Amino acid sequence: MSQRIVILGGGTGGTLVANRLQRQYGDQASITVIDRDDVHVYQPGLLFVPFGLAEPQEIVRPRHAQFRSGVDFRIGEVDRVDIAHDTVHLADGVEVPYDVLVIATGAVLQPEETDGLIGPEWGRSMHTFYSLQGASDLRGAMAGFEAGRLVVNVIDMPIKCPVAPLEFCFLADWQLRQRGVRDDVELTFVTPLDGAFTTPVASSRLAGLLREKNINVESEFATGRVDASARRLHSWDEREVPFDLLVAIPAHGGPSYIARSPGLGDALGFVAADRHTLQARAAQNIFVIGDASDVPTSKAGSVTHFEGDTVVENIRQFLAGDELTGFYDGHANCFVETGFHRALLIDFAYEAEPLPGRFPERHLGPLPLLAESRLNHLAKLAFQPLYWHVLLPGHDIPGVSSQFHPAAEPRAQQTSGAPR
Amino acid sequence: MSTVMLAGSTVDVDPEGFLEHPEQWSEPIAEEIARTNGIQSLTERHWQVVNFMRTTYLESGSAPSIRSLGKTSGVPIKELYELFPKGPAKLAAKIGGIPKPRGCI
Repeated sequence: MSQRIVILGGGTGGTLVANRLQRQYGDQASITVIDRDDVHVYQPGLLFVPFGLAEPQEIVRPRHAQFRSGVDFRIGEVDRVDIAHDTVHLADGVEVPYDVLVIATGAVLQPEETDGLIGPEWGRSMHTFYSLQGASDLRGAMAGFEAGRLVVNVIDMPIKCPVAPLEFCFLADWQLRQRGVRDDVELTFVTPLDGAFTTPVASSRLAGLLREKNINVESEFATGRVDASARRLHSWDEREVPFDLLVAIPAHGGPSYIARSPGLGDALGFVAADRHTLQARAAQNIFVIGDASDVPTSKAGSVTHFEGDTVVENIRQFLAGDELTGFYDGHANCFVETGFHRALLIDFAYEAEPLPGRFPERHLGPLPLLAESRLNHLAKLAFQPLYWHVLLPGHDIPGVSSQFHPAAEPRAQQTSGAPR
Repeated sequence: MSTVMLAGSTVDVDPEGFLEHPEQWSEPIAEEIARTNGIQSLTERHWQVVNFMRTTYLESGSAPSIRSLGKTSGVPIKELYELFPKGPAKLAAKIGGIPKPRGCI
């Protein structure tokens, strides 16, 4: 009996799950991936484009070329999911029935949710680097920026890769120093969080780096609107931050078909899922991977990668009628570029905040955690070919486990992976 | 975790004053937390938000963000800031006796 597995989204999660399932089932399952376009962006590369450290064409490949043969890739716009009838409805009227559905459609940028952000100044004095077009446009604006107020604003959480706005600040500081104009630029990081990051130890370490680099922090700033002509950010509690060049990270939400599929998503369009099994709350035959879900960990490529094991395992068990034992512990692993050819690395999980230590082996490393090093930077650069050639095809990265392993001594660690 | 006396009951709170156990909450406790945080009395509009926060948390295990509150609580964001100055999501969570919203990671 051939099982019909339909995967919505052909990005990191959709691609690696499709390839793993195809390898596992061969002809025993029909695997269909649906995406609205054929452009796969290596999203970690977007950070480097505004600084001329990556070219846009270097970080883009066709989606269809990333699949094993046997995976059916289709281009189509999803209108809605009919959960009661196990059917995906496409905008052109085509109906795609499934036995198992995987939601891997990620998060979308919603700059229109913030009053004043989209207008004549968008792409001129107001930018984002969270899209290919935005990152390319910002390169020109950064290159021509000689003096004034450069403001990096996270409009609202959650966002993809929550360390990327900090990395942008660090790289901007570095580029401005190289160009000899750093003293003429006031660089400010504006965040709705109460510090540089969400967890105490990493937050204080990152705050120290911001101070060293003379980057101001405006915290607990919930952006209510942007006055484009006066070039000011206004918070809901009536504070103001003036800028000459704004780099905004727009609010994120789920794609619009989620809202048209009753019961599937929350108010922001993220799909409610069990944080450990990644099974959707709406139906037992729907699983969620990556940025699309509401599970309380970072929206990051590493999370998607680590979730892959759990999703594939649990789909197999679901189809076999067994109890789900695939268990995701919230493991996330992020390289934070700090400029000057250095990076720091953080490694954490639901019940374990990022702490100093070494990765992937607690004593041997070789990569230091929560400390800047050139080796971390080289590892970040080395990841791009691994992404296309190891991660997307659905292979394991040698030495890197999808489960969190405490880097610090156990006494300093909260229990990892225990269900709450 | 420490223990404090609120409206005649002993409750467990975190270092910032958020209740550790939502089941220890009561309406008089909410009134007292509100007063300590600069809200002299809770109006019907305050209660609408507090109850919404609490219900959402108890049903889903996580508290809504300000943006979701603005979309789903029936109270627009501007008014949320008038009702709960500084941080509506945090303050309404504290008054509603649920843990501090973690933001997102």
